[in-house]
Amino acid sequence: MDTARIRSNIASLLFKIFVVIFLAIEVYPILWMLISSFKETREFTSNPSYALPEGFFVQNYADAWTTGRMGIFFKNSLITTAVSLVLIVALSSSVSFALVKMRWALRGIALSFFMSGIMVPVTIVLIPLFTMYKALHLLNTYWSLIITYTGFGLALSVYLIASYMRSLPDELIEAAVIDGCDIYQVFWKVVVPLSMNAIITVLVIQFFFRWNDMIFSMTFISRTAMKTVQTGLLYFSDEWGNKNWGAIFAAISIGVMPTLALYAGLNKLVIDGMTAGAVKG
Amino acid sequence: MESLLRDKKAILVFVLPAALIYLFSVFVPIIWSTYYSLFSGLPGINFKFFGLRNYAKMWGDRIFLGAFSMNLEYVAIVVLGQVGLGLLCALLFMFGIRKYKTFVRTIVFFPVVLPVVAVGQLFTKIFEITPNNGLFNSLLVLLGLGDLVQPWLGQPRSAFLVLCSMDIWTAMGFYAIIFYAALMDIPTEMIEAARIDGANGLRLLRNILLPSLRPITLTCLVFSFTGTLKVFESSLALTRGGPGTATKTLSMYMYDSAFLHSQYGYGSSIAVFILIECIVVTAVINGVFGRRKY
Repeated sequence: MDTARIRSNIASLLFKIFVVIFLAIEVYPILWMLISSFKETREFTSNPSYALPEGFFVQNYADAWTTGRMGIFFKNSLITTAVSLVLIVALSSSVSFALVKMRWALRGIALSFFMSGIMVPVTIVLIPLFTMYKALHLLNTYWSLIITYTGFGLALSVYLIASYMRSLPDELIEAAVIDGCDIYQVFWKVVVPLSMNAIITVLVIQFFFRWNDMIFSMTFISRTAMKTVQTGLLYFSDEWGNKNWGAIFAAISIGVMPTLALYAGLNKLVIDGMTAGAVKG
Repeated sequence: MESLLRDKKAILVFVLPAALIYLFSVFVPIIWSTYYSLFSGLPGINFKFFGLRNYAKMWGDRIFLGAFSMNLEYVAIVVLGQVGLGLLCALLFMFGIRKYKTFVRTIVFFPVVLPVVAVGQLFTKIFEITPNNGLFNSLLVLLGLGDLVQPWLGQPRSAFLVLCSMDIWTAMGFYAIIFYAALMDIPTEMIEAARIDGANGLRLLRNILLPSLRPITLTCLVFSFTGTLKVFESSLALTRGGPGTATKTLSMYMYDSAFLHSQYGYGSSIAVFILIECIVVTAVINGVFGRRKY
């Protein structure tokens, strides 16, 4: 082999090592978390952090779920996320239909009205919403989160669904009307089934945004029994401090699990959906 | 047909519920906050009209100024990291990696979908020193760099840098995917032609790729700037703004003012200030840089 070949081989090897290290930095923290969640407390002091667990100490998960109340937090997150997802999809698809396919005077203004919310910093609504929910006795209820999650989910969802519906040919609607559908049937039986791709994308990406919310739930919820997974995690580490690392890792793993599962199954859809706003806009 | 699509009642049925929720939870609060920012004290107790004095007060408030300057430095580092490394990743996908492309992209994007709280808690543990070394300190010991072991989150400067690295780590993949999509849109003939003309490496990047990536770069900058200007959750989850106020961001200070010190007016004025920052940055990026042509 001549020197040039050797040099280019070395370069490509170095490059491969670099890529591997880079990928390790991206993935290893999460793997480390999952691994650590199976360790007993004494292992954290007796072995170095990167060591593998000596066994599968699932008691951590039981501790986190019951004593650490992750079970309750999980249920709260599930309810608020699920209800707001249903509302977001129902409202944004019906509004998108009216904005894109129906004819009315204010629809241009209405479209910019909904679009203007895409970039609003969350902090600006906290004080007024807190005041309103307090007056309406909605603090520490699911509704405070469901209403806010739905409102904040609308802008991006309307954007995604409306751009998709715009590409549906008007002839399909005409055909349905000739077949005797009224406007609600046109929406429900023709437009919604055809927009399923966009609706599923919205469901998936809004799941991440709502499930991962911390700021709203820490503002509107102070009762422990009503906390969601993310605020529960904050509370959890305060409560358990540095004492029970295994349980903290188990709790974080529980909080990340739905995200992990969804991403593992639907990563292409997730990546495309989440970047759609930037790529098209 | 026409009359069906102009059915006023149906339009109301389709639009009104969404419009009401959106109005109630997003639109009205923005206006309300702006109104609150003109008052001092707590509504119903000692709420007094204060004019623009809240906005003047900020510039003599040491905590505000500290948070503001920390926030600016954070924005500078993190925007550069997210967008810059994102672009490098995208170039890597495009030209560096031939096999396992999809796998690598999936891995790199993964941190984007993780809950910020979980990431914050995880990084707290990674950089922990008591009661036992976290991952980072343990690895330092393993590599024979035991002298460098230190309380990373207990010192203002290193805590700040950990926060920046964490937020770059989480968001970089997002920008990488966006840049990659834009790179794929550049006609291959264009790149091939430039290569035949002898443009390679940096020259190819500067003369062909970067000009084509200009619009998407601006979008990325807007995303990254507005995202970092309002940073809240990551700093709260990682350090609670500490040690002291070393990583207390503007949004956190707004939160403290309103909900800890019961200063709704002052808190609102900080929130409005953050909104104005976001609007100005977006306008500057789109206006000044958007118009300039090569």
